[in-house]
Amino acid sequence: MIPEQKIIKKIKFGILSPDEIRKMSVTAIVTSELYDEDGRPIQGGLMDPRLGAIAPGQVCLTCGNDAKSCPGHFGHIELARPVIHVGFGKHIYDALRATCRSCGRLLLPEHEVRRYLRLLERLEDKWPLLAKMLVTVVKKRASKVVECPHCGERQYKIVFEKPYTYYEDRPEGRIQLNPFEVRSRLEKIPDDDARLLGLDPQEARPEWMVLTVLPVPPIHVRPSIVLESGIRAEDDLTHKLADIVRTNERLRELLDTGAPQTLIDEHWMLLQYHVATYIDNELPRIPVARHRGGRPLKGLAQRLKGKEGRFRGNLSGKRVDYSARTVISPDPNISINEVGVPEPIAKTLTVRVPVTQWNLDEMRRLVLNGPDKWPGANYVITADGRKIDLRYADRKRIAEMLEPGWMVERHLRDGDIVLFNRQPSLHRMSIMAHIVKVLPGKTFRLNLLVCPPYNADFDGDEMNLHVPRTEEAQAEARELMLVQYHILSPRYGGPIIGGVQDYISGAYLLTSKANLLSQADVVDLLSAAGYRGELPEPAILSPKKRWTGKQLVSLFFPKEFNFRGKARVSSGIFACEDEWCWNDSFILIKKGELLTGVFDKKAVGAEQPENMMHWLIKEYGSDYARYVYDHMFKMFIRFIEKRGFTMTVDDVALPPEAKEKIREILREAEQRVREVIELYRQGKLEPVPGRTLEESLELKIIEILSDARKKVEDVVVNYLDPFNNVFIMARTGARGNELNITQMAALLGQQSVRGERIHRGYRGRFLPHFKPGDLGPAARGFVYSSFYDGLSPLEVFFHAAGGREGLVDTAVRTSQSGYMQRRLVNALQDIRVEYDGTVRTTYGELIQVAFGEDGVDPAKSAHGKAVNIDREIERVIGWRV
Amino acid sequence: MAKQKKQKFNILEHELVPKHEIVPPEEAVEILRRLGVKPQQLPWLRVTDPVARAIGAKPGDIVRIYRKSPTSGEIVVYRYVVGY
Repeated sequence: MIPEQKIIKKIKFGILSPDEIRKMSVTAIVTSELYDEDGRPIQGGLMDPRLGAIAPGQVCLTCGNDAKSCPGHFGHIELARPVIHVGFGKHIYDALRATCRSCGRLLLPEHEVRRYLRLLERLEDKWPLLAKMLVTVVKKRASKVVECPHCGERQYKIVFEKPYTYYEDRPEGRIQLNPFEVRSRLEKIPDDDARLLGLDPQEARPEWMVLTVLPVPPIHVRPSIVLESGIRAEDDLTHKLADIVRTNERLRELLDTGAPQTLIDEHWMLLQYHVATYIDNELPRIPVARHRGGRPLKGLAQRLKGKEGRFRGNLSGKRVDYSARTVISPDPNISINEVGVPEPIAKTLTVRVPVTQWNLDEMRRLVLNGPDKWPGANYVITADGRKIDLRYADRKRIAEMLEPGWMVERHLRDGDIVLFNRQPSLHRMSIMAHIVKVLPGKTFRLNLLVCPPYNADFDGDEMNLHVPRTEEAQAEARELMLVQYHILSPRYGGPIIGGVQDYISGAYLLTSKANLLSQADVVDLLSAAGYRGELPEPAILSPKKRWTGKQLVSLFFPKEFNFRGKARVSSGIFACEDEWCWNDSFILIKKGELLTGVFDKKAVGAEQPENMMHWLIKEYGSDYARYVYDHMFKMFIRFIEKRGFTMTVDDVALPPEAKEKIREILREAEQRVREVIELYRQGKLEPVPGRTLEESLELKIIEILSDARKKVEDVVVNYLDPFNNVFIMARTGARGNELNITQMAALLGQQSVRGERIHRGYRGRFLPHFKPGDLGPAARGFVYSSFYDGLSPLEVFFHAAGGREGLVDTAVRTSQSGYMQRRLVNALQDIRVEYDGTVRTTYGELIQVAFGEDGVDPAKSAHGKAVNIDREIERVIGWRV
Repeated sequence: MAKQKKQKFNILEHELVPKHEIVPPEEAVEILRRLGVKPQQLPWLRVTDPVARAIGAKPGDIVRIYRKSPTSGEIVVYRYVVGY
């Protein structure tokens, strides 16, 4: 039977009328007592059994269903006196101001009311947003009138004291309007006038904003919990409702016995307070209602609001089963497509497999292994849908009973597909599909090459894993989400997966000209890489057989692959413009042979568009790319492992003559700063256009000092051995840069806060160790020492001040860009590319005629362009040598 | 005075204003068919928009704009002119 298809045309929100509340109520709540002496719920109490069945086996007194299918039923409380609904405070205020205090009409002449009504009707149809604007205009105009145009009554100013008190400024003084009066005024507003106040009188009469009857939600909404000690703990809402009932009954009593007005008013205010905090317990200027323990009670509004509220916490985002989370650690020996799953997790996560005649024996084995022995199974589902827990069942018997038609919830095992995710999930590469490899230990293992897309490191990062349940989902994950299909990023049309740190140093050292390998080394490297095939002819045959690193790398290229391009190390004295160059920093690959050039960040690194790896992937596909990443890259780290790689303090030690040169540069810079300051003091300094004299001076000094630092950097680069380990890392792009080396070897340079030299602190100086008004480099945060020499205490303080700013900046930036991302995603999430290539909203509104105006998928592009003409020409006509 | 000012400055000649033109109705039908959209599904251009006023577009017109694009050089986009 197919249920009738219904389409939601519209949703309308309104206010519950007292009649509706009574109509949907199954009982009036008249006592604040919850249970009798036997612990049974009292009829007419807040846990009245007629409000719905909740305990298993209990039959609902109202609908006759059991706990599973009883939807719950509302009750109600008849309030002895009306109270303001805090959610409508502002609306009530608006309505009171815009209508007459005596006749209840809108404070505008009759003809204007009719004109506005006609306008409103037209607008509501076509321009609902404009209709809202009109309402605000009407309210604003009506609120200014001082004499009713209908009955001539003089109007007084209404004062609204948040969140629920109203006063009227009468000639005799400020008088409070109690909810009773407020309600009777709202009652007088005719339907048409209410419409002009933005209310639909069918769904929301203004007087319904003042409560006379309070709906009591079913117990499903506020279940009580039985603690281990056997004591019942009631929900916050139940507590609050009990307060309301108690005060309400007391107030009714006082009214019946004719108590003094002050006492009645006092209880009325208390009732108002309880009802207000029941709805929202974070109202301004109202004390928060608390538990006995001092914990604030959760009102209705608190259940909905905020990150953990119903909307953001339960509807937009949910917790899921079949997922796992743990610390990640690296494993260079598994494929980029794989993820190492610890055995305990593999035994908890399951895949549901139908039993067939072909896998019957295998499934029997899994069932026999049971939940504790991997690979086993946790549950068996019989043909009629019963779920058998293998922890408590006779596994031998069940294994024998197993037959096609049953299903087995088996453990996760090698070859299963799972989704792997690291927060923040900023782009699509933050969730990729991996193939399971069950490993001992307690952490998820991932190949180092997939760190860049996840932006992961191993300083304690945790990641999540999800098991797709249906075959459809598994196939989709395998065909679309597998890591190898996400090597090329849509962010900038280049590979996002690639070597980091030691991979780059290793690649450089392996492929450098200075490296010759013995047969033993070659065999070891190639076996680590999993190479199968013949050894190439040695580059040097005599006196001993020697191979170059370039030869080994070439074994992994297709035989017709060509590539030319500069290496990253090609700069300064090592620059190469083409392959005819001694410095070996121009990569030339011809027919799959690396002829010249070294591999560094530009060749094998992550996030390097239009490099060697990019063309390799683009032209030979993702299967081939995976092969290269899994095998060739392993050779790089194997090599660096064999060779050894480290850094020492001596790597950043400068010879005395270099130090002398640096001192000379700094002396000169200081001299120039002194001159500029002197000029400034004499008033002869030329100001920079658009700057004050002081700003110009600062700019000049900063420029002189940064020039000096650059000169120092050149000296450092010239004097350091280009093949010392630190310098190799900086040049190849494995880690650090020349500025970092300068800071270690020569000097830290200018420290800054907010882009200015550090000067805030004492009057005219940063610290009392300087003279007031000292503008020299040392007094404003120029650090002459290097990390090698060590910093003076004052320099340390300057450095800390500058460093603190960096930390604050990153903290602020992440939160701000995170919020921007959220808003962008919310705005753009429903826009998609249709089959005709156009970009449209869900309603078919056109946004772009072609995606990106050129119809190019950036992930399949050459750095954003559809084709790289040079590359294509070269591919067709071959190299011109 | 105000009128004089208007005549002095023609926004269509400003460097940042791309070329706009009103599409003749018969051509407009063809364009809508090609794009597979109803006129309302095109992005809207108000008649009160300074450019719409300058080229004299009326509600219901389709306006063609030749814009510079960082990805495809020049690109032609269409706007549907709506009231007020």
